[in-house]
Amino acid sequence: MVRFFLQRFSSMLLMLALGSIVIFILIELPPGDYAVRYAFKLEASGVNVTEEDLTAIRKGFGLDRPWPERYWKWITNIVLHGNFGICFMYMRPVTDVIGERIGFTALLAFATLIFTYGLAIPIGIYSAVRQYSVGDYVATVIGYIGLATPSFMLALILLYISVKVFGASVGGLFSPEFQEAPWSWARMLDMLSHLWIPAIVLGMAGTAFQIRTVRATMLDEQNKLYVTAARAKGLSEWRLLLKYPVRVALNPIVSTIGWELATIISGAPIVALVLALPSTGPLYLSALLDQDMFLGGAMLLMLSTLTIVGTFLSDILLALLDPRVRRGESVY
Amino acid sequence: MEEITTPAEVKPGKATLEAEEIKYYTATQFQLVWWRFKKHRLAILGSIILILFLIIVVFAEFLAPTSAQTRNSNCLLGPPQKLRFFDDEGGFHLRPFVYGVRTVRNPETLRLEFEEDTSVKMPLRFFVKGEPYRLWGLFPTDLHLFGVEGGFIHLFGTDALGRDVLSRILFGTRVSLSIGVAGVMVSFVLGLLLGGASGYFGGWIDFVVQRAIEFIRSMPTLPLWMALAAALPKEWPPLRVYFMITVILSFVGWTTLARRVRGMLLSLREEDFVIAARIAGSGGARIIARHMLPSFMSYIIVDLSVSFPYMILGETALSFLGIGLRPPVVSWGVLLQASQNIRSIAMHPWLFTPSGFVILAVLAFNFVGDGLRDAADPYSK
Repeated sequence: MVRFFLQRFSSMLLMLALGSIVIFILIELPPGDYAVRYAFKLEASGVNVTEEDLTAIRKGFGLDRPWPERYWKWITNIVLHGNFGICFMYMRPVTDVIGERIGFTALLAFATLIFTYGLAIPIGIYSAVRQYSVGDYVATVIGYIGLATPSFMLALILLYISVKVFGASVGGLFSPEFQEAPWSWARMLDMLSHLWIPAIVLGMAGTAFQIRTVRATMLDEQNKLYVTAARAKGLSEWRLLLKYPVRVALNPIVSTIGWELATIISGAPIVALVLALPSTGPLYLSALLDQDMFLGGAMLLMLSTLTIVGTFLSDILLALLDPRVRRGESVY
Repeated sequence: MEEITTPAEVKPGKATLEAEEIKYYTATQFQLVWWRFKKHRLAILGSIILILFLIIVVFAEFLAPTSAQTRNSNCLLGPPQKLRFFDDEGGFHLRPFVYGVRTVRNPETLRLEFEEDTSVKMPLRFFVKGEPYRLWGLFPTDLHLFGVEGGFIHLFGTDALGRDVLSRILFGTRVSLSIGVAGVMVSFVLGLLLGGASGYFGGWIDFVVQRAIEFIRSMPTLPLWMALAAALPKEWPPLRVYFMITVILSFVGWTTLARRVRGMLLSLREEDFVIAARIAGSGGARIIARHMLPSFMSYIIVDLSVSFPYMILGETALSFLGIGLRPPVVSWGVLLQASQNIRSIAMHPWLFTPSGFVILAVLAFNFVGDGLRDAADPYSK
């Protein structure tokens, strides 16, 4: 187990390092460097910038150094000092701008995961146990459509229904009276009452996919001999299901938590934009549109760190659940 | 290719085979796949939908009542006109018709609103002469599938500039689906090359490619696409943007295929027929192309058909956000940009119709993919 853990841990570190390099390249990709944009910003506020000033700015930011050195400076600043650089749009440190938003994103991802599994596992089991029943067909149809509908469209459809039928918009994460209020128990509850809609929207595709996975594994497992043996011993049907085939069916689910998380975080920006959530999504898009690459890069780095760490945790969870995995044997 | 050995169903000692069985055992691989595919009803439905989409892609100019940019200044943000068989007096018309549209000012909100003008009846006519165009840029003609005389017909309504939504969707279908095809092609080549190299050579090449795949798969896809797409210079011509978006989408897409190709190569490397070919003196390239590739081609086709939806959804999402394709190019995502916020959806819900096409296309590809997956290995039960 220790070996497995160390192996996974080092591979996670490798991924994080690779990720930060790729993101750094992305930051530097748009034409014009930091200094030019900095000068542009200064000029917009009425300061005249000469060629010498530009060189001075370049020197000041260390832009005249080769890129590996710049990368090193960037990443050590982040890791050691939590300093992500300056956000051009607001001329404030990136951390100030992102602050609370990354917390909302993590919370949203977590809520969506709970929603996905809370729904997918029971429905999947039901579909398999009552194969070809009406409920099974309904689940299959919803599953297909859920997989085919992009999350932002689902968000738009929900918005439309909420306005047409209930006459109120479901966007945002807080009711107006709690928008600017300090954190309190009431504000927390208010947020939770808003959170379920983005969670449904984001979790739809994942839920559909996981229902199919659970159903397929359950169908495979429930006709195996050990199930028949347990039934012959007189175990009640529900205890039997939960004790044997369900436990096996949970394996592929746990092993895909990491991907699931990646999908959720991947879909989050666009859904957040449509539903006007105070998460990283809208900020990320406007950063990209303005080519404010330090802000964009910082957020991409955080999002990918979330997924990579999430994958690592799900690997560890799977190893705890299934001894074959931690001994490095193939599961399938 | 696997040869058919003794069938499981045939009992030993049975002297003659039924006609049905003879047909089965003498069938070619392709026939077996086709029979299996035909059994999957949803897959057949999906194929029909895809064929319809293909017809739209090829004949968009003919099917659309107007071009994608034609404006109707008399009808800005006009709601869809209903195709009717019954007029308001209850009379039945075999030839469907639409009522004319007139604008009235709402006395309360003072906003201009559209109203059906029941005094003007415009029967739907087929193969009408309309806006001239060049089919495939070659044949000048002005024939359109349908239209009305002495007015206009907007079955899906019009957008803020008075352009026909239906026509724009049809032209958008061409762009969105072609980006899917191009993206899948690029992923196909990348996946085949990198997966092939990884599986065939092994060693450090394998290590590097595998880590790269793991890395790309662990990144959140859409934010990565967004960052790449946003880095494209804004002054680029539409065609180059189109091409780069394809490359960006394939950047993630190739990984699935590369994994499949590598896995297949590794497992086939030890097969008897490959060893036989090697002993017979075939070179590496010949063994891969001639002996290994045909035996897992069907799986590759399945993977390709499954990866189509991701391309289409990716393009739609990027264009919807305003960092993918840009007007004047028309794609589903570009069209959906018009319905980005709740106000426009509540007031002009018809601008949201392109989403129906997106969902339909993705469903169809999923159905066909499922059917192909079953059919890819026709010997499995």
